[in-house]
Amino acid sequence: MASTAAVATARVKTRNSQTGDIIARLVVLMFAVSLLAITGLLVVELYIRAAPAREKLGWGFLTSVAWNPVTEEFGALPFLYGTAVTSLVGMLISVPLGVGAAMFLSELAPARISNALTFVIELLAAIPSVIYGLLAIFTLVPLMRTTVDPFLKSVFGFLPIFSGRAFGFGYLTAGVVLAIMTIPFVISVSREALLAVPREQREAALALGATRWETTWQIVVPYAKLGIVGAIFLGLARALGETMAVTMVIGNSPTVKASLLAPGYSIAAVIANEFAEAGGRIHPAALVELGLVLFGLTIVINGGARLMIIATTKKGSKR
Amino acid sequence: MVTTRMTRMSLAVAGLIVASVSVASAQKLNPCGASFPQAIYEKWFAEYHTMHPDVQISYNPNGSGGGISGLTNGTCDFGASDAPMTDAELSAANASRGKVLHFPTVMGAVVPIYNIPGVTQDLRFSGSVLADIYLGKITKWNDKAIAADNPGVKLPNEDIIPVHRTDASGTTFIFTDFLSSVSPEWKQKVGAAKAVNWPGQALGGAQNPGVTGVVKQTPNSIGYVELIYAIKEKLPYGSIKNAAGEFVKGSMEGVTQAAAGAAANMPNDFRVSIVNAPGKTSYPISSFTWMLIPAKIQDPAKAAAVKAFLRWMLTDGQKTAPTLYFAALPKNVVTKELGQLNQVEAPAAPGEKKGKKGL
Repeated sequence: MASTAAVATARVKTRNSQTGDIIARLVVLMFAVSLLAITGLLVVELYIRAAPAREKLGWGFLTSVAWNPVTEEFGALPFLYGTAVTSLVGMLISVPLGVGAAMFLSELAPARISNALTFVIELLAAIPSVIYGLLAIFTLVPLMRTTVDPFLKSVFGFLPIFSGRAFGFGYLTAGVVLAIMTIPFVISVSREALLAVPREQREAALALGATRWETTWQIVVPYAKLGIVGAIFLGLARALGETMAVTMVIGNSPTVKASLLAPGYSIAAVIANEFAEAGGRIHPAALVELGLVLFGLTIVINGGARLMIIATTKKGSKR
Repeated sequence: MVTTRMTRMSLAVAGLIVASVSVASAQKLNPCGASFPQAIYEKWFAEYHTMHPDVQISYNPNGSGGGISGLTNGTCDFGASDAPMTDAELSAANASRGKVLHFPTVMGAVVPIYNIPGVTQDLRFSGSVLADIYLGKITKWNDKAIAADNPGVKLPNEDIIPVHRTDASGTTFIFTDFLSSVSPEWKQKVGAAKAVNWPGQALGGAQNPGVTGVVKQTPNSIGYVELIYAIKEKLPYGSIKNAAGEFVKGSMEGVTQAAAGAAANMPNDFRVSIVNAPGKTSYPISSFTWMLIPAKIQDPAKAAAVKAFLRWMLTDGQKTAPTLYFAALPKNVVTKELGQLNQVEAPAAPGEKKGKKGL
């Protein structure tokens, strides 16, 4: 009797857990689908709202440098260029610094210092971007104008990217601000990736006679490569979409200039600046279309990153 | 004791009456539009609400463009804009909402600010010089044209860095409208709008604080901000040569003078620019800001409330404007607007109607 009862309750339990499983599965599935639906709706809505601009400007929108609300000529190129250049400059600075710092925190620093520093770094990530922008206007811009820009011009002035007039406001300053803002993401996520590398990997390398540096650079970092790349793209995503801090220091001039010292503009900045008061039919639609372009740029970059990861991991496994 | 009970009872009765009246005709209005006059509009709506608790107006400052489209597609009861509606916008709004009327409410002005190390005096600018600076034709501070307007001021041999608003704004509209009126070249190459294609190499800042920040951080730069902002932030600013040839420093009185000067040639629909207005004391970079009111509002109670509010705004409401640094309308403009108010169709005066219902 006792045993049959036990079997019965066990059965009920399995049945319960099965129905529980199904419900949980449906709920989670619903969340996953809604996420896709939101992204899909976003694209559809942007596409529909951009209709007046798409009809009037066509594909030329992507290559035109004109931005004249009076004559209703709009082109995305200056903004696309500004977004790409500032993000690139930002990542060129923040990736080596961030990954280097993460290596120090995970491999060299004592755990207590590492944890304390990581806490401080994660605090940096929580600072609103308008604060970074304000700090940049009052400290970074004068520094760039009086010291950094003249130095770059005097040493690398023969390069077109460091030529022309320096205002303190421009691509380079915006890039530096983006670097400062993305570093916490890069450090924090790369550190997690490095810490996840099994201890045995390090011990094996050291046992084979590798130095600490060789262990870190040749064993630990390649093992954590996926995580580090993820950290970089998280930072890049923030850089591409950053609005307030960029608009405060980029100079907001819708032009395409080779010089990093010249003022430029970015997609997110122009949308934030002009959308509220945009009049007529074409101007707001052109801004919406810029949003679509930014969405496309993000997809291209993230897709490229995925492909790169796939390609490099295959190569690694063959070896 | 008896008296207190009596007062208590009468208070309760009064409360009941008030409650029944406000329930009977509580009127909610949702205008939307320009953010420049937001401070005074919200003050007006709040004041009006304390006097007429049954009328509640909540303003959505979604920008001049938002005000015009909100009015046209009917999402707002009425709109507000820093620039008068264009013919195309007006005909679209007329088609969907019936005749739309422009009511000037207050005025604003734009003043030049600059940062030239070593120069402490207030500078003076004629309009054509200002236009040439922003066109990139005058590039040095010690240019003869600037020196001619500023005898006795030692100006440096430095490049001028023009700074402009990057967000589309009524401020930029007023400024470029002025430059268009004084410089044919500006009118032809750039034009007047809330956002324009700035010629030459210029820097941009978002909102008044953004422009001010860039000017403060950039030696030898020049920018423009709203008069109200300059007064509140105690920024030094330059004077501008008006149509009468006098250099005038921006002030609320100067703006009201400009409106009074322009009132003589005021078109009947109030869609008028008052930049470069005649009059010795007129400040030349001034503008009205408008409420855009449909002449026929479907809901009669709403129509009555809008009409009563406008009448109050044009008379008693104007007295509040200077406390928030907005220039009040000159008398002749108010008179003309009260005339236009008759075109707003309302079934009966709101007071009468309320009284009947309450009793």
